[in-house]
Amino acid sequence: MSSVRVLVGTRKGAFVLTSDGKRKDWTVSGPFFAGWEIYHMKGSEADPNRIYVSQTSGWFGQLIQRSDDGGKTWHQPGMPDEAVPPPGPPTALPNRFAYDTSSETGKPLTTHQWYDGTQHPWEFKRVWHVEPSLADPDTVYAGVEDAALFRSTDGGENWQELSGLRGHGTGPQWSPGAGGMGLHTIALDSTNPKRIYIAISAAGAFRTDDGGATWKPINKGLVSNFMPKPDAEVGHCVHHVAMHRSRPEVLFMQKHWDVMRSDDAGENWREVSGNLPTDFGFVIDVHAHEPETLYVVPIKSDSEHFPIEGKLRVYRSRTGGNEWEPLARGLPEKDCYVNVLRDAMAVDTLDQCGVYFGTTGGQVYASADAGDSWTPIVHDLPAVLSVEVQTLN
Amino acid sequence: MEGSLNQAEGVRAAQVRVALPYHLRNLARVDGDVFVEVAVPVTVRAVLDALEARYPMLRGTVRDYETGQRRAFLRFFACSEDWSLASPDAELPEAVAAGKEPLLILGAIAGG
Repeated sequence: MSSVRVLVGTRKGAFVLTSDGKRKDWTVSGPFFAGWEIYHMKGSEADPNRIYVSQTSGWFGQLIQRSDDGGKTWHQPGMPDEAVPPPGPPTALPNRFAYDTSSETGKPLTTHQWYDGTQHPWEFKRVWHVEPSLADPDTVYAGVEDAALFRSTDGGENWQELSGLRGHGTGPQWSPGAGGMGLHTIALDSTNPKRIYIAISAAGAFRTDDGGATWKPINKGLVSNFMPKPDAEVGHCVHHVAMHRSRPEVLFMQKHWDVMRSDDAGENWREVSGNLPTDFGFVIDVHAHEPETLYVVPIKSDSEHFPIEGKLRVYRSRTGGNEWEPLARGLPEKDCYVNVLRDAMAVDTLDQCGVYFGTTGGQVYASADAGDSWTPIVHDLPAVLSVEVQTLN
Repeated sequence: MEGSLNQAEGVRAAQVRVALPYHLRNLARVDGDVFVEVAVPVTVRAVLDALEARYPMLRGTVRDYETGQRRAFLRFFACSEDWSLASPDAELPEAVAAGKEPLLILGAIAGG
């Protein structure tokens, strides 16, 4: 019988929630890495027992953890299990994210715009998102702050920057938002392994068609009124991008304000906010079996990061945007002032698609009927940073 | 400076006790203080080099990977003195080199 494993990253550790295909009774495991911020954790589709975790701390920096047994045990990739490591320099540096320098000068590849308009050097802070390859469990991508994309081909033991992204030319125009300049979205094209989409706050969306060597901004049609030039090529605060596996050229975006859609691999975007009560928000996701069914969680505004009138509601569109319906059954109808962060929604692939999201109030909600009704799996976790789901057969 | 002769290496080495903060003890999978063999003279840099060689899972957690600088919210103490801002190549007190006193690695309080 099928089952699901929900991977929850929080401000104070990681949790693994498991259930059978009915998704009624849940087992909660954790906290793993107790006391650490878990920005993101995600399992490999090629090997569901392989799970990658970004573990970070203001005191101790960035760590990468890995499980090879579905979350029962964890280790830093390449770290020797024996009590005394072998002599000589270590061959695995799983926590080292070193930005490339210019091959010509040896100096930093580029700088970015700072809050005061001056240029500022790139400084590594943390990994926001880990994205395992669809085909190879040992290949995994990491989106980091300050914004850059790294790749490991040895199971996370060593990381190399795909510096064509930072170096393609617009880097000096990128700038951090209030939450930092993070590369938070990595979307892999299931039909074309050389095509990858990424998104950065606050720079925009970008695409490579050659496996990460060269990149181009894909922000035409985005309008951000806070910018001096609202339709500039870069500088947009993209919050999240989602796609359906069967149509990787169709993208959906929750921008700072505006819900957007592209039907041509990001070349052009159009707004599909439609009748949403507010089009500010962070998450966006697509139904596992219906490519035109979308989910967002509208948030009041960029000044008040909580639901309108204290009512937590998911909105669903069955028309690829523009026409939205509120989904409230089982969700708080009053006094709810949580947020749902950009990586905190996911869907499973069971026949009746399950939808999951986590809140900054520590709740993880599940719907086993594609959003019609919701039930909290847990009420009182630390603030949820990310939610991913594995459907296990 | 005290220290025993390491026959294999032919250099004098000290057994230095290091007190790790809670989260680093968990990462290193140890319950209490750890002892590392450090070539004399015993300095903060030498102790951290030995610590990271013995417990590679701690690499990058005390010192920044790229710069080698102490992480901002960690402090070093030895014999009731703050060594955080001292040169990493300054020789630590003899009581540390003798293993009688630990080098303490402390996390700053979060405040609030």
